[in-house]
Amino acid sequence: MKKNIILAGVGGQGILSIATVIGEAALSEGLYLKQAEVHGMSQRGGDVQSNLRLSSEPIMSDLIEKGDADLIVSLEPMEALRYLPYLKPQGWIVTSSIPFVNIPDYPNIDEVIAHVSSHPNHVLLDVDALAKAAGAPQQAANMVLLGAAIPMLGIDHDKMIAGVRRVFARKGDEVVEKNVAAVEAGYEHSKNKMQ
Amino acid sequence: MKRVLLGDEAIAQGAIDAGLSGVYAYPGTPSTEITEFIQLSESKRKEGQPIFCRWATNEKTAMEAALGMSYMGKRALVCMKHVGMNVCADAFMNAAITGVNGGLVVVAADDPSMHSSQNEQDSRFYGKFAMIPAFEPSNQQEAYDMTQRAFDLSEKLHTPILMRVTTRMAHSRAVVMTADNKREQNAMSMPDNVQHFILLPAFAKRNYAELVAAQDDFIRDAETSGQNIYTCGTNPQKAIVACGIGYNYVMEHLQGSNERTMLKITQYPLPVALINRMVADGAEEILVVEEGQPVVEELLRGMVPSSVKVVGRLTGALPRMGELSPDALRKALGLNALPVKEADSLVANRPPALCQGCGHRDMYAALNEVAREYPSPRIFGDIGCYTLGALSPFHAIHACVEMGASVTMAKGAADAGQHPAIAVIGDSTFTHSGITGLLDCVNSNANVVILISDNLTTGMTGGQDSAGTGRLEQICYGVGVPQEHVRVVVPLPKNMDEIKQVLREEIDYNGTSVVIARRECIQTLKRHLKANKK
Repeated sequence: MKKNIILAGVGGQGILSIATVIGEAALSEGLYLKQAEVHGMSQRGGDVQSNLRLSSEPIMSDLIEKGDADLIVSLEPMEALRYLPYLKPQGWIVTSSIPFVNIPDYPNIDEVIAHVSSHPNHVLLDVDALAKAAGAPQQAANMVLLGAAIPMLGIDHDKMIAGVRRVFARKGDEVVEKNVAAVEAGYEHSKNKMQ
Repeated sequence: MKRVLLGDEAIAQGAIDAGLSGVYAYPGTPSTEITEFIQLSESKRKEGQPIFCRWATNEKTAMEAALGMSYMGKRALVCMKHVGMNVCADAFMNAAITGVNGGLVVVAADDPSMHSSQNEQDSRFYGKFAMIPAFEPSNQQEAYDMTQRAFDLSEKLHTPILMRVTTRMAHSRAVVMTADNKREQNAMSMPDNVQHFILLPAFAKRNYAELVAAQDDFIRDAETSGQNIYTCGTNPQKAIVACGIGYNYVMEHLQGSNERTMLKITQYPLPVALINRMVADGAEEILVVEEGQPVVEELLRGMVPSSVKVVGRLTGALPRMGELSPDALRKALGLNALPVKEADSLVANRPPALCQGCGHRDMYAALNEVAREYPSPRIFGDIGCYTLGALSPFHAIHACVEMGASVTMAKGAADAGQHPAIAVIGDSTFTHSGITGLLDCVNSNANVVILISDNLTTGMTGGQDSAGTGRLEQICYGVGVPQEHVRVVVPLPKNMDEIKQVLREEIDYNGTSVVIARRECIQTLKRHLKANKK
C-alpha cells in the first residue's frame, strides 16, 4: 500500500486537522507516514498545502513528486486545481465546492467547478451544507471533506472513525460525536464513487 | 515510545532526553517549534528539574546566555532561523574559541526557496567558518538521535556543535522512537581552565591553536561516528555524495538499487578517508546532492584528483537555487520523466495578507494618507507581518532588509537629507534590534519618525511573547527620546483623524520622534478570548 496525498486549502481553513486524523488512523494500521507542512508567512490567508505520504514500506522523500499524487484533498475548489501537475493521470480530486474569495482576481466560480468536473475522477461537495445537515458546526466542515476522501485513501472506514475519536477525545464527548457525524456525512456522499 | 513528531519537535525531544537545562531562542521560521515544544513540555512537567525556556530578546542574547549556562557545566540549546546566525555570529564564532564546559548545541534552520525568509544562506558555512563539527540529520529519527549525540560530542570534544536543518526537515512529521527515560541534567560545575573563557589575545591565541589542532579529531569523528555512511556500488564509476535530506530524494528513486556508490553525509567536517576510498574504488563522476548552497561541491573539487568530475548545483546537474525535490533528482539521475498534467489556467495567485481586523491595516491606512501629503516620502519597513504592507492594497513601504534596519536606514536617509524619513517596525523587532538604532537617532537628533506598530506579540511566527511588552514608552524615554515626542495611538478606523494628526505633528517636528500604534494582534486576541471563555 502506498498513497501520496496533497492536502490543500487557504491558510487558517484547517487542513492540518485532516492530516492529524489521517495520520492517527494510518499509524493504527501500522503504516509508515511522512507529512510535510507549511508554517510561517503563507498561513496569513495565502495558499497552503501539506504533502502526506502513507506506505506499508519505509518512505524516503518528504515531498511528493509532480505526477505522483494519488489524491488531492482540498478545502477550496481553486486550490484543488493549483496542484493538478502533481496528480497521477488516474488520480482523484476530492474538494469542497465552496470558494474562499480573499483575492480581487478570483476566477469565475462556475468555471472553476467546470474545470474540477472535467477531471475523470472527482468528488465535489458542499462541506458546509453537509456539516450543517449532520448537526455539526461549521468548524467541522473539514471533517466532512475527510469523510469524503476515505474511499480513496485506502484506510478502513472504522479505523478512520476511531482515529477521529482519539484525536478529539480531549475536547469532550459532544465534540467527538459531532465530528464523527461530519465524517460519516462526507463518507456517505462519496462511498459509492469508487465503484 | 513511538510518536509522530515534526523534525523540530524531534530535536526538542532529543534535547530534553539528553538532560537539557536551558533552551535559548528568538522565534523564526522554520525553527520556532523547537522552543515551543520545550515550553509546552515544561508547562506539563510534574516532576524533575525545570528547563529554562523563556524566549530571548534576540539570537545574540540567546547564544551568549547559552554559553553562560555551558560555562556552568550544564547543557544548553540555542535555536534560530538561518539569518539569526548573522545576528549571533560574534558570540557563535567566539564560542568556538572558548570551547564549552556543559554541552552546547546550536540549531540553525535554513530556508532554501525562501518560503518565509529574505535569503537562502547556508548555515554550513558558519560551521566551517567557526571550524566546529556540524550535524545535518536526514530524517526525524536522526534529528532526535543526533541531538542527543551532539550534546555528548560537544562535551567530549569541548566544542559547540552546529545542527543544521532545512525547512522540509523542520516542518515534516514522521514516526520517531523516543527513549523512555531521560538523562539527568548535569550538576553545576566550573570550567577546568577559566583562561579558556577569557579571550585576551594571549589566551585566545592558545585556544585558537588548540582549535586548529582539534580539526583532525573532528574529521576522525566524522569518519568513524557512523553518521557518514559509505557504500561502494556495483558500478563505482558513478558516485553520489548526498547530504542531509538530499539523501532522501536520491533514495526515493534509487531505493533497492546498489549500482551507484553512495556516501551519505550527516556530519561535517567532511570525512576525508571515506572520500579517498570513494576515489580509490574508482569514482569517475561524483554527483553532489545538497540542500542550500554548493558547499560540499566546492570543497570536493579541492579534495579529489582533477580527473574526477564533480557535478551538482554549480554545473547545472541540479538547480543552482531553491530547495531540492524528487523532481530535480529524477532529472539529475537521468531517469524517465513521469507524465505530468498541465497547470490549470484558472488558478490565480493567493499571496498571504494581513488578517482582517489587524491593527497594522489601520496603521498603514493612516500612514499612507499622511505620506501622500508630502512630495517624496520614504518609509523604511522591517521584518514581520507588517512587511505585507509592501503588497496590495497598501504598497506602503519602500524598503525591508533585516531585523531593525528600518530605524537605522531611516536615520541614514535623514542624514542624507531625506524628509520625511519614516521607519515602520513591530514591537518585537524593535526590542530585537531597533533600540540601539534608536539611540543612534537620538544622539544626532536625526529627523526621523519611528513608528512602532505594537501588537503586543511576535505575530508572524504565531504569537510568541514579545520582550518589551508594556514597557515600550519607558524604553524610548530611557534611550533619550523626549517624552512629548513619544506618542501613543490606537489603530482603529474610528481614530483615523487623530492618528493622522499625530503623524503630521511628528513628521513636522525636526528631530527624533516615536509613534507607537498599539492594538493587540487579532490572532492572539481570539486565542485569549477563547481561553477566557473556558
